[in-house]
Amino acid sequence: MSEQLHRDKSGATLGMWLFLLTELILFGGLFLLYAVYLARYPHEFASGGKELNVVFGAVNTVVLLTSSLLAAMAVTAVQRGAPRTSIRLLLGTIGCALIFLGIKYVEWNEKFGHDIYPSSQRLIKGPQGESVFFSLYFLTTGLHGLHVLIGATLLGFVAVRVQQGRVDSNNNSWLENGALYWHLVDLIWIFIFPLYYLIL
Amino acid sequence: MNPQKLPQSSFWNDTGKTGITSWIFSTDHKRIGLLYFYSVLGFFLIAVCLGLLLRIELMAPGRTIMGPQTYNALFTVHGVIMVFLFIIPGFPGAFGNLIMPIQIGARDVAFPRLNLFSWWLYMLGAVIIITALFTGSGPPDTGWTFYVPFSTRTGTNVSLAVFGVFIIGFSSILTGLNFVTTIHRLRAEGMTWTRLPLFVWSLYATAWVQILATPILGITLALVIAERMLGTGLFDAARGGDPIMYQHLFWIYSHPAVYIMILPAMGVISEIIPVFSRKPVFGYKMIAFSSVAIAAAGSLVWGHHMFTSGMSDTAVLVFSFLTFVVAIPSAIKVFNWVSTLYKGSISLEAPMLFALSFLLLFSIGGLTGLILGAAATDIHVHDTQFVVGHFHYVIFGGSGFAFFGAMHYWLPKFYGRRYKEKPALIAWSMMFVGFNITYFCMMVLGMKGMPRRYYDYLPEFAPLNLASTLGSWLLALGLILLLVNLFRGLLRGEPFSGNPWGGATLEWSVATPPPTENFEEEPVVTHGPYDFKSTGIP
Repeated sequence: MSEQLHRDKSGATLGMWLFLLTELILFGGLFLLYAVYLARYPHEFASGGKELNVVFGAVNTVVLLTSSLLAAMAVTAVQRGAPRTSIRLLLGTIGCALIFLGIKYVEWNEKFGHDIYPSSQRLIKGPQGESVFFSLYFLTTGLHGLHVLIGATLLGFVAVRVQQGRVDSNNNSWLENGALYWHLVDLIWIFIFPLYYLIL
Repeated sequence: MNPQKLPQSSFWNDTGKTGITSWIFSTDHKRIGLLYFYSVLGFFLIAVCLGLLLRIELMAPGRTIMGPQTYNALFTVHGVIMVFLFIIPGFPGAFGNLIMPIQIGARDVAFPRLNLFSWWLYMLGAVIIITALFTGSGPPDTGWTFYVPFSTRTGTNVSLAVFGVFIIGFSSILTGLNFVTTIHRLRAEGMTWTRLPLFVWSLYATAWVQILATPILGITLALVIAERMLGTGLFDAARGGDPIMYQHLFWIYSHPAVYIMILPAMGVISEIIPVFSRKPVFGYKMIAFSSVAIAAAGSLVWGHHMFTSGMSDTAVLVFSFLTFVVAIPSAIKVFNWVSTLYKGSISLEAPMLFALSFLLLFSIGGLTGLILGAAATDIHVHDTQFVVGHFHYVIFGGSGFAFFGAMHYWLPKFYGRRYKEKPALIAWSMMFVGFNITYFCMMVLGMKGMPRRYYDYLPEFAPLNLASTLGSWLLALGLILLLVNLFRGLLRGEPFSGNPWGGATLEWSVATPPPTENFEEEPVVTHGPYDFKSTGIP
């Protein structure tokens, strides 16, 4: 029987890693477009990148890194037999996700205020590379934001399972996989942040 | 599907549940396999009818039964259904689910609920695609490739159809990761990697393609929707975007996708040929390796769809070279199958006839693929009927005939009854002859310069087009006979039990039809999949 459980857990972990791989490739399409268009419009990308607010980006990076730490601690807490702590840590992670999305909202809102959004008058009339840069920016951060939302929902779901006692130190695939997904969301942001806010 | 008539207790009735909900909410891989089988078969038949209508339109020059807009919509829908609703989910979903867990000695796949979920996603995507045909401002008319800029500008219902395909892609990914995990984790004791049946090897390679390539389709289709809904302009040359980037992204998925269609078919052939030659497969390791090699090399050749799109000459040269590289593992397979036949004790029963015709038709399809893969000749036949003929030789003559072979080889196992041999032979011969008339004419027409996707043509193309259409009717008649004979047999035919064909893979060692748990006790594998002496059948 223990053999059976062991097998299930390794399988679940393998399946999750494969799924994370597909998520990376999904974003890979956007990074590919970024690379091609950066080579084509280096100046417009540089001026576009300067218009992004590094403070917002940096704060969000700290928020996400913290949330990832909390998620990892939640996994450890369950392994040590402290489900209450684990739930609190998960709620902390979800809180960070909401802060991230809130900051993103403010940031996007500011861009909208400057008439910068896909097919806005300014982007249609401005240089072509600028339109490409901001379209990519909104698509990439938008898709990432969607993943933050999905990840936070997933972690909320996992927290309920911990609360119900369906996750414990022997059977924590749900929690571990939820945390893995959250680390992926974090990891992708770790690439988005320098590509859009720092190196340009 | 009358469980009372079955000879013994099996997965049809041993859980005590037989209603519709015991099927559509079942997590049993065999029931899900049959769900997939009947779903893909249904869509296949719809798309066959659309194909026949297209052929009737092309029977004579000028307008025959439909105008250009209807023709555009029909070839789009024919392609979308055949590719995304039939042949991509067909092998993994139907025969992969039915056979693979039993062949590796498992009770089920690694994630049975995820397996059911992927069927539901498939059906959801299918319903969305079908909805797209009858709502909005008409069915999509872009061709199944959804090329920009037309797909972002046309007023037809492209967004919804593309969204349906997106959902189907998700279903395909889930099947792929389920199968990879299953093959890694759930092999029975003694089922080493070199004792894995070749069908499982081919599904393993296919599953990796599904995992690695499909996300790119997902993001590409999402970008098309964003272009249409938000006006992001990433593929719009007037806004600084590049339509060629769409083609790259699309083919990064869609070329590997043809290996999702053909690799499992090759796996089926690798099962049928040794069994009906009464001889161990020749070059087991090379066939297994070549599946993985095709999957790997095939992921690097997408650019050969774009030789006339305006890529650099260097890119054309590299993609052309890599395309030729893929021919090597494909040829390894063909030569190994032929060597298996050599001095074998060949019995020409229905599954074997489909397997043998696969060899011929796939070889023609593969070799004409090299004509398209060579840049110089491709310029001449690009976007002509030659491409259509080539593709149907590979995917219909290859994958399609392998699918029919798999139906005759494996479905009796799950019904405990079998079809009549003679009508099956007649059906096969009608289809084989009809197929070659239909598609060989297309290749000749393409060589002479008739473009694809045109509803009208010059008068000199008329005789061959007429022949092609007549051939398609013979093909359709053969298909009807095949299906009637097969399903009549499965429901009311002679009992089928034990191991009548003398297969040595594990599915022939379990009861017919198999019980829900597959094996009475966990099997221990002591011999290879083509060690026919182990079956004790002379």
